[in-house]
Amino acid sequence: MINNNASSKINKRERQLLDLLQTGFSVSSRPYLTAAEEMNMTEDDVVEMVKNLRSKGVIRRIGGLFSARKLGFTSTLVALQVEKQWIEKVAHAICSYPGVTHCYERNHFFNLWFTLTSSDRNTEKKILTEIDALPGVEKLRNFPALKKFKLKVNFSFSEDSTD
Amino acid sequence: MKLDELDKRIIACLQGDLPLTKTPFADLAADLGITEKELLHKISVYLESDIMRRFGAVLHHQEAGFSANAMCCWVVPEELIEHTGKIMASFSEASHVFQRPCYPDWPYNLYTMIHARSRKILHSVVKQMSLQTGIDSYRLLFSKREFKKTSMKYF
Repeated sequence: MINNNASSKINKRERQLLDLLQTGFSVSSRPYLTAAEEMNMTEDDVVEMVKNLRSKGVIRRIGGLFSARKLGFTSTLVALQVEKQWIEKVAHAICSYPGVTHCYERNHFFNLWFTLTSSDRNTEKKILTEIDALPGVEKLRNFPALKKFKLKVNFSFSEDSTD
Repeated sequence: MKLDELDKRIIACLQGDLPLTKTPFADLAADLGITEKELLHKISVYLESDIMRRFGAVLHHQEAGFSANAMCCWVVPEELIEHTGKIMASFSEASHVFQRPCYPDWPYNLYTMIHARSRKILHSVVKQMSLQTGIDSYRLLFSKREFKKTSMKYF
């Protein structure tokens, strides 16, 4: 049975609460009271559990997830081929753009991948031209989405039976 | 939907972190200089118009126990994209499923982000995806290093 340290740090009640807070967060005056009633807990205990999950780094934030497109923004996925000795410098330069929300090193000749959200295609083009000109960048590939089949970033614990 | 200055101020708050109090929306509304009722109404409008995809907790997948995360890129014949994309989307382990352009040296046109509790499980999910779609040409790219992971600040 493979079980890593991170998942064993979260107990069953916490997993139930995480499921609830991800998909059924009550947008109302007392959201934690609503959660508490569903969990058969007190509101104080729920708030305490949320604080704890946040300080453990399990909860990144509680807030809204917005659609870039619906807000009039444009976003894309970009791959770079970067000379190995330049990868950290290039990564840090890329991460300094506020519109870069994700940046990962991956095991391929396209070894650096990032997502870029911009106010319009012209701004996007300008930023990509700047990145393409960074020392160490050998190739830049833009992969704008042609069609979205799914975008649902939440992690379900409900099929989890481990304690 | 046309966004006015108030909408932008509200979104600027909601894209961050909710105050951890028993009455977070009342507290946020006070900061914004509006009533709680107004704020709750605005949020329901954003949700209905799909400006906001959801409201709730956003997790760090590593800390939540999903330690294996990979991008799997597939070579799918154009006429099978629709069918294949829908099957891939039905996997709970897949958070993103997108069709993207391919290039001569990069034939992959369907992208899936997959999250699992171990690499072993992740490999078996990919195998299932391949079996169920009949697509056997793919490339699995694990993340070696995370340089940045954040939510977009629009306003």
